Amino acid sequence: MQILIAIIVGGIFACAIYMILRRSIVKLIIGLALLGHAANLLIFSAGGLSKAHPALVRPGSTSPPEPYADPLPQALILTAIVISFGVLAFMMVLVSRAYNAVGNDDTDEFVNTER
Amino acid sequence: MSTLAVLPVILPLAAGAASVLLWKSLRVQRVVGVAATLALVIVSLLLFREVNREGIIVVHMGSWPSPIGISFVVDLFGSIMVVLAAITGAATAIYSVRGIDKRRQSFLYFPLLHILLMGVCGAFLTGDIFNLYVWFEVLLMSSFVLLALGNERDQLEGAIKYVTINLMSSALFLTAIGILYGTFGTLDMADLSRKIAATQNTGIVTTLSMLFLIAFGIKAAIFPLFFWLPASYHTPPFAVSAIFAGLLTKVGVYAIIRVFTLLFPIDPGFTRPLMLFLAAMTMLTGVLGAASQMEFRRVLSFHIISQIGYMLLGLALATPLALAGSVFYIMHHIIVKANLFFIAGLAERIRGTSDLKAIGPVSVYARSPLVAILFFIPAMSLAGIPPLSGFFAKLVLVRAGLEIGEWAIIAVALVVSILTLYSMTKIWAEAFWKGPARREDEAESDNKDAVPPSMLLPVATLAAITVAVGLFAGPIFDIASRAAAQLLDKEGYVRAVLGDEAMQEEESP
Repeated sequence: MQILIAIIVGGIFACAIYMILRRSIVKLIIGLALLGHAANLLIFSAGGLSKAHPALVRPGSTSPPEPYADPLPQALILTAIVISFGVLAFMMVLVSRAYNAVGNDDTDEFVNTER
Repeated sequence: MSTLAVLPVILPLAAGAASVLLWKSLRVQRVVGVAATLALVIVSLLLFREVNREGIIVVHMGSWPSPIGISFVVDLFGSIMVVLAAITGAATAIYSVRGIDKRRQSFLYFPLLHILLMGVCGAFLTGDIFNLYVWFEVLLMSSFVLLALGNERDQLEGAIKYVTINLMSSALFLTAIGILYGTFGTLDMADLSRKIAATQNTGIVTTLSMLFLIAFGIKAAIFPLFFWLPASYHTPPFAVSAIFAGLLTKVGVYAIIRVFTLLFPIDPGFTRPLMLFLAAMTMLTGVLGAASQMEFRRVLSFHIISQIGYMLLGLALATPLALAGSVFYIMHHIIVKANLFFIAGLAERIRGTSDLKAIGPVSVYARSPLVAILFFIPAMSLAGIPPLSGFFAKLVLVRAGLEIGEWAIIAVALVVSILTLYSMTKIWAEAFWKGPARREDEAESDNKDAVPPSMLLPVATLAAITVAVGLFAGPIFDIASRAAAQLLDKEGYVRAVLGDEAMQEEESP
């Protein structure tokens, strides 16, 4: 399972970089979204993949039933997802504004400031 | 005491929230903006005094002990950075009252500024590596909006490059955190420091350190990861450029220094040559880029890069003296750099352009000798002319390099210093000195009342600080060297965060 996830993570990273390197700024957004997913999936697998109970304490006991899954990576991913959601929403508006300003979605046209 | 350590985060947050609620009244927003940032300066100075007297302050959030909970760990270096952030923030807020147009101000400019400061202060204070990521995102998010605010074409183009490359860096940072957690099972920096030092698996440690170097290197704009900086920093309003130039790349430098002292101490066999090479290339490419530019802010942007090289140099040499040089350099650089961007804004207001060639015919000096002199001070300081702050910063680094016989890098540093002087002289000659003293006919575009006192005040104050850092270099260097000694004392940091038992635990088994 670990190896499968590792291959998937690598694949998503590769797709993300490929999309970022395309010339269209719309594909740039897709690339950045994939990049975030790849990083999240990596944290998920880094926390250890196991068949285990959620780390919830039942009423009356003081610790969760063994074996329980590490809840921290999930919390980290949740934080990261929320952040990347906000950033992507902003990025979409930015790209749409930039598209209107430049009149083209080709990144090669975005060289005016390079003088 | 523990309240003091979290105030640098809470204060801007409260000010930001209040400014959003008061979005209808620009006047109130301005008052809150200036008052809150000035209060932040006072709080940060109090915090610095406390840390200076008592040693490292640790605050456990929600009273969860480290390494389970998130903690704020304030050491001397962190508190110095917070003081610098607060001073830059206050100067920017005062400058922005007149320096940012009404339209931008009504689109929540001030709340964004507060949140930016919150993110920067949080990054300097936190002792948890994932928390550091979150603060990075907080400051990046507000910097994205600040950069794009105003919707001009240049700004949007610059913003796309800036956002893309910073998101790349964040993803790498997150990946590194994931692997770090998977390997060591903790995110607390003190705990990590202990576990990394004890591990046998050096391969993964090297991989991780390089991932962090790239992630933070992009944010700090080191060679060869700096191309986003000159492509974006000259596009937003001058006040925004100034706070970006002063603070944002320095957060990256701070993170590099923190990670490469606490988690992955400089290894003379591998990281030192690599970092020395990167420092040399960063200095050289930055200064050569600046020499080829003819636009005020683009010259200054490239100089940010070359200066980052000096900070990296101090870290790479890794002796106590060199690290003290780095800390001193950052103290000097943040003030000077922000100030130079402010002055570029003043010159632009006076002459209506920031293209050095176009300013030429009628000098800024003829228009406003005061502004010209105020430019001269930080510019000479940047180049390292005694008795200004930059001279002592470079002196310490050069001396540290000579002590351990790294001749080549010192030669590079000195050459870069001369080229910096060349660039500053170029700006001085083109923009401030050239042309006849008076020629009213050609200067109709000029606006004599262009420089209101509220914009002159922060510039003059920062220039005064630059002079003061130069004149009182002794005591300030003393603080920097104690901060450096604290940075190199990993055990002290770990003991302060985890308590004495943790250290004994490690020794006994």
